[in-house]
Amino acid sequence: KVLLKYFTPLPTCTVGEIFELKAELNSDKKEKKKEAVKKVIASMTVGKDVSALFPDVVNCMQTDNLELKKLVYLYLMNYAKSQPDMAIMAVNTFVKDCEDANPLIRALAVRTMGCIRVDKITEYLCEPLRKCLKDEDPYVRKTAAVCVAKLHDINAQLVEDQGFLDTLKDLISDSNPMVVANAVAALSEIAESHPNSNLLDLNPQSINKLLTALNECTEWGQIFILDCLANYTPRDDRESQSICERVTPRLSHANSAVVLSAVKVLMKFMEMLPKDLDYYSTLLKKLAPPLVTLLSAEPELQYVALRNINLIVQKRPEILKHEMKVFFVKYNDPIYVKLEKLDIMIRLASQANIAQVLAELKEYATEVDVDFVRKAVRAIGRCAIKVEQSAERCVSTLLDLIQTKVNYVVQEAIVVIKDIFRKYPNKYESVIATLCENLDSLDEPEARAAMIWIVGEYAERIDNADELLESFLEGFHDESTQVQLQLLTAIVKLFLKKPTETQELVQQVLSLATQDSDNPDLRDRGYIYWRLLSTDPVAAKEVVLAEKPLISEETDLIEPTLLEELICHIGTLASVYHKPPSAFVEGSRGVMHKRLPAQSTESPDVGTAAGGSAPEAAPSIIPSQGDLLGDLLNLDMAPPTTSGPPPPTTGMQMGGMDLLGGGLDSLVGISHSVDPYAATPGQLVNPFWVKWSLQTVIRRSDGVLCLQVWLPAMKAKGLEISGTFARRAGVIQMELILTNKAMSVMTDFAIQFNRNSFGLAPAGPLQVLTPLGPNQTIEVSLPLSTVGPVMKMDPLNNLQVAVKNNIDVFYFSCQYPISMLFVEDGKMERQVFLATWKDIPNDNESQFQIKDCHLNSDAASSKLQGSNIFTIAKRTVEGQDMLYMSIKLSNGIWVLAELRVQAGNSNYTISLKCRAPEVSQCVFQCYEAVLKN
Amino acid sequence: MIGGLFIYNHKGEVLISRVYRDDIGRNAVDAFRVNVIHARQQVRSPVTNIARTSFFHVKRSNIWLAAVTKQNVNAAMVFEFLYKMCDVMTAYFGKISEENIKNNFVLIYELLDEILDFGYPQNSETGALKTFITQTGIKSQSKEEQSQITSQVTGQIGWRREGIKYRRNELFLDVLESVNLLMSPQGQVLSAHVSGRVVMKSYLSGMPECKFGMNDKIVIDKQGKGGGNGCQSIAIDDCTFHQCVRLSKFDAERSISFIPPDGECELMRYRTTKDIILPFRVIPLVREVGRTKLEVKVVIKSNFKPSLLAQKIEVRIPTPLNTSGVQVICMKGKAKYKASENAIVWKIKRMAGMKESQISAEIELLPTNDKKKWARPPISMNFEVPFAPSGLKVRYLKVFEPKLNYSDHDVIKWVRYIGRSGIYETRC
Repeated sequence: KVLLKYFTPLPTCTVGEIFELKAELNSDKKEKKKEAVKKVIASMTVGKDVSALFPDVVNCMQTDNLELKKLVYLYLMNYAKSQPDMAIMAVNTFVKDCEDANPLIRALAVRTMGCIRVDKITEYLCEPLRKCLKDEDPYVRKTAAVCVAKLHDINAQLVEDQGFLDTLKDLISDSNPMVVANAVAALSEIAESHPNSNLLDLNPQSINKLLTALNECTEWGQIFILDCLANYTPRDDRESQSICERVTPRLSHANSAVVLSAVKVLMKFMEMLPKDLDYYSTLLKKLAPPLVTLLSAEPELQYVALRNINLIVQKRPEILKHEMKVFFVKYNDPIYVKLEKLDIMIRLASQANIAQVLAELKEYATEVDVDFVRKAVRAIGRCAIKVEQSAERCVSTLLDLIQTKVNYVVQEAIVVIKDIFRKYPNKYESVIATLCENLDSLDEPEARAAMIWIVGEYAERIDNADELLESFLEGFHDESTQVQLQLLTAIVKLFLKKPTETQELVQQVLSLATQDSDNPDLRDRGYIYWRLLSTDPVAAKEVVLAEKPLISEETDLIEPTLLEELICHIGTLASVYHKPPSAFVEGSRGVMHKRLPAQSTESPDVGTAAGGSAPEAAPSIIPSQGDLLGDLLNLDMAPPTTSGPPPPTTGMQMGGMDLLGGGLDSLVGISHSVDPYAATPGQLVNPFWVKWSLQTVIRRSDGVLCLQVWLPAMKAKGLEISGTFARRAGVIQMELILTNKAMSVMTDFAIQFNRNSFGLAPAGPLQVLTPLGPNQTIEVSLPLSTVGPVMKMDPLNNLQVAVKNNIDVFYFSCQYPISMLFVEDGKMERQVFLATWKDIPNDNESQFQIKDCHLNSDAASSKLQGSNIFTIAKRTVEGQDMLYMSIKLSNGIWVLAELRVQAGNSNYTISLKCRAPEVSQCVFQCYEAVLKN
Repeated sequence: MIGGLFIYNHKGEVLISRVYRDDIGRNAVDAFRVNVIHARQQVRSPVTNIARTSFFHVKRSNIWLAAVTKQNVNAAMVFEFLYKMCDVMTAYFGKISEENIKNNFVLIYELLDEILDFGYPQNSETGALKTFITQTGIKSQSKEEQSQITSQVTGQIGWRREGIKYRRNELFLDVLESVNLLMSPQGQVLSAHVSGRVVMKSYLSGMPECKFGMNDKIVIDKQGKGGGNGCQSIAIDDCTFHQCVRLSKFDAERSISFIPPDGECELMRYRTTKDIILPFRVIPLVREVGRTKLEVKVVIKSNFKPSLLAQKIEVRIPTPLNTSGVQVICMKGKAKYKASENAIVWKIKRMAGMKESQISAEIELLPTNDKKKWARPPISMNFEVPFAPSGLKVRYLKVFEPKLNYSDHDVIKWVRYIGRSGIYETRC
């Protein structure tokens, strides 16, 4: 057709062309004019500069031909900014069009004028917009609602001054559902850039209006409304349930985005429902089918759905645990769908379905796509580690795969087998011979390092271990750091195991590492080994051949606070990237961290229970830098994550006040303390809250502790650290709040503990993914393990911590409540208890008094149980209750207790018996803390 | 929200570029071309982040549609919108091709202006759009017409206009199912499901209130023996509905009631996994004879009433990449080795139920020293059968139009069941 010729690619419009177009635009003939404008738009589309024609095109604006008018408007939107003076010419037409008799023209005018980003003009447009917001026609009103958001983007102050926000709020009660939906969308967007404005002002009445509109508006409108609903925090579990009930029907909508947004609302509000409620389990059951249905959508949507399911499975594994089969990969799935499905398969793998999963994974390992095959092989290894019963089958599958000799399959298999060895020591070492056969084909650092680790670790069982390692040594300097470090350690291990034959080898590698290398990590490690070996070979053996900590079953788990935030963002880009919005959105938008609400039925005193129990000892700063910690920091400190986008340069203005205000809104814990039903007089609730809420933000109500300032800003070049400890679902968490009170941005955070009494150690790196700007605060939750190095501290529960950032390394010490270490399976059998009690010498018994405790024995018992102090038996003798209890510490120490409660006497007597009587004092403190709150 | 929308041809030249937000610059157009369309590697994700800008893309034949944003948008919504955009374009000018887009670029801009405002999707029902976005020049509408348009676009029933009249009230229901299967070489069902659609074509006057009923197990069980006309009920795992269906009513009573759009619409989608009738069983036998020869034997068995006929049967048997020659013998239909597709394609026009047929092939291989084993893709099958493999039956579709004088009995109704193969694969 004719128009095809408009698209002939030319770099710029020639002078001749412009001239020709000018003539045509000014032609008298309507048709010719229109054709000319079309040509101009076509040039604009392919990126040619046709701004020179501005006056001529604008002249065509006054027309009754709607099609021509739309084209001119399109041109205007593109070029008005570059020709602000000329653009004024258009104002009159807009004002006139806004009063046209035809609602379509009125709407067109109001829609277009919002897109003209010229300050001078916007002021002229306020009056027409005001009229349109109250237009009789809903089509004009719904367009005007969006126009307010446009105007706000250009000049926020103007919008506020003109009172448009209030008009917009009124539109939420409009009779037309589409007007409501657009008003909600516009308000949500504006609210996002004013985190504290309380613009949306969601309350049960407005929520009810939204829920009514939800049933009537278009699919897109439903999405706007659901996304807005997700920001609301219901007052109690009843309101939460009633909203859930009205949102659930959306799960059957044909539009996947409606479904996902509904899932978001449900996942969030479900947090507030008591778990024993029938409705809770009904709701859980209702979630699975729509999620599965999303997998029959188009592949791009499947991808979005799978990324979200990955989050949902981590948060609530029970929803999809029976749906493994739907995640089986289809031969024709696009690769991005395949990889995501595989991820979810591993997460869902359990003893019940492992046979099926393994059979599938084995199939996948023979496919074509290299990434996919690698991931499948890795998945087999993960299964072995996750489901012990399957380990043997997994190993033999991996061996079959190694036999294929496909290079990348072999390498991937070796990497995972290394992990299997670590998980099940002394079980599968018989396969080492097979692995060694493939030594030559390994060309990837990770596989080489894994193989070297295996050779070093099992050097005593491999006859030619020295030869094997020596062969790697030849090209030592061409290897990657990972391989070099591993080789160094492996050869030292070998030397310690077979000192006679390998002396030359170890000297060779030490000199390579220390003298010929520029890598400080490698050099340092080399020197440490060298010194160790030359001063005290026995100590060297203890260090190098020490028992290794167990590896965890789950990998790539998203850190819990991030996971919670991402659940609040289901369906959005954040859930696709698995990153918080602040990591990829510029400016103030998205800086607000969303949180899941806490269960509302929890007894109000739980939130503050630990408040009094936290150790009151003032944190002390370790002044010297010359101790072991400093050295530890240099060793294998995980490099800070740099995968995220670069730090935003502007717009991150989050003052302390902002944070406090915004944070408090989402704090359910606060609402407990101000709830009139929660705080009974005489409880020491309020003073604490006031104190800490001023100090900083406190999160979640499950086991929130008071925060202590561990590291004041003045002692740490502006970095202030406060924090607390909590035990959640069997995991010890160190909650840190980092505040940057300095003027420059802080990055590269890392943390390390000194040896301590119970081997506490960070279970992962400190997750500070985004740089911490001046005046910013970040909350980090650091899971702790208890498999770190042990050294007795004084006091026993003292913990020395080193925190590093790009500025310096800082040291402080703090004390953790020993109840963090009470494990969940600390309930002793009655018989065992009796025998143990007798068995422990009486010298180990210590007695304490707890004064002023007004609980009866049953209440005390159930309260203690919450802290993993288990009552095994109760006896009543002469009106005195004797409770027998057991506690197990994470390092296996048992503490037995006898608590005597005399009715009418507020003083308890407690006797503790333990094979390690040093802990008694600490344990007693815990009793006191738990019982007194 | 969506910051801009671009359409490119296969070379990466921009055909349509509409920017809605100030944070999207002209360079975004080029960034997508360079990093995605011209990327050396095949794209690994439909969402790409380039310099803090996120791109969502879908491809239709060789046309790229990309939505751009710098915000944390609802990703599912963006893709749904892109699909909708494709539907709207198809409804206006047919196939999405470079030529059609170039010829209709003015129309596309007009549509984009209407259905996306400041990046927020607006009413995108073609039925409504066609009432006021026309390319036939401008008709001056009367005041009534104008307000009718605007109330339809923004109204509760945005998908249907008032005042539709037909001399003959008629409706067609198509139950279209695709049955998916993954079977192990030993004949064990690894996964099977039916994904079905109920497509309704209605030519009804006025604003007819419709009620649709099927042999849904939950409904039948609830009614007790009331519906007991020997009709087997089926368990539906999940279903989704066109936006005309009242979802809260379905949630509460499980009844499907709605006012349909005029013409064709997809009323419902559903998925079942229990008691599926698998129309065909494929039994493969692959034997490697030395390193240069493969013997393949495949038997297919039809598993439905002998009175019914399956059509358009096609069995696709993959062959290794180093195949040099193939000899095929089949009892029925025609079989051919297609070197370009690395497969033997066996076609049978028709086959009755409870029959079986067989193909055997000898595949000659070139000797290779390629270490990588042949991946043995599964044998796939295509077919069409005149019944619903899920067992779904339409029980009724009642029509009430209170204002006009026609009753349910006056409406002529047609129902048709078609079962097709989805991904129907047997590993070998």
